[in-house]
Amino acid sequence: MAGGPGGARGPAVVRDPGLQPERTRLAWRRTTLSATVGAVLAAKQAVHDDVTAAGLMGAGLSLLVWLVFLGVSHRRMVALGTARPRPMTPRGAVLAAACTVALAAFGAGVVL
Amino acid sequence: MTDFVRGLRLWFAPQRIREEGETPDYRFSLANERTFLAWIRTALALVGGGFAVDQFLPGLRWGVRVGMALALLAAGALCALRAVNHWVRCERAMRRDEDLPVSRFPTLLSLAVGLVAGAMVVVVLLGWSG
Repeated sequence: MAGGPGGARGPAVVRDPGLQPERTRLAWRRTTLSATVGAVLAAKQAVHDDVTAAGLMGAGLSLLVWLVFLGVSHRRMVALGTARPRPMTPRGAVLAAACTVALAAFGAGVVL
Repeated sequence: MTDFVRGLRLWFAPQRIREEGETPDYRFSLANERTFLAWIRTALALVGGGFAVDQFLPGLRWGVRVGMALALLAAGALCALRAVNHWVRCERAMRRDEDLPVSRFPTLLSLAVGLVAGAMVVVVLLGWSG
């Protein structure tokens, strides 16, 4: 996805010399990677020793959380493909944070 | 407190943020977004640490292990929620052309991490880790 999925920029568009949209896109990518690690740890936690129905449901839940995060970050990365991106919507911010909180709550449920 | 409630309302009513002040330079908004993402990564790392403590330290006593895991998970959740709140406050301050909000949270978090690290050094030195 080099140059961004929405990279239909004409050559006439003046690019930001500080590459702010690119840096922000990379920050989203880093965060997605962190979320992936978190979700994998959560899934491993769920199917710990033996595979049970509850364990599989837990793994499915963490996969769902990961997919939501992936969707949020993908939409934002597409939106960042323009020369002058709009600010992030609070909805995206809340969803990204909600995924983190969901992983934490899930972990607390498994640990106890 | 009313300011906090107003900030909370902004979380779920995105269009309201556009009613205040004027749109700042998009680069400032993007920088604010990257700060938010860095806090989310911190939160994810704390949550991951909580999972790791529970999974990879089976030698610890149940109470210690669960206590540490829960503390890390709670810190991660808190960090994520606070990231949204701080992002909204910064965005609003930029729109109103005010000073950016200051926060005690980074100090508290770093003190907590430092305390835990110090405690771990003591535990390893005294050979309590089994």
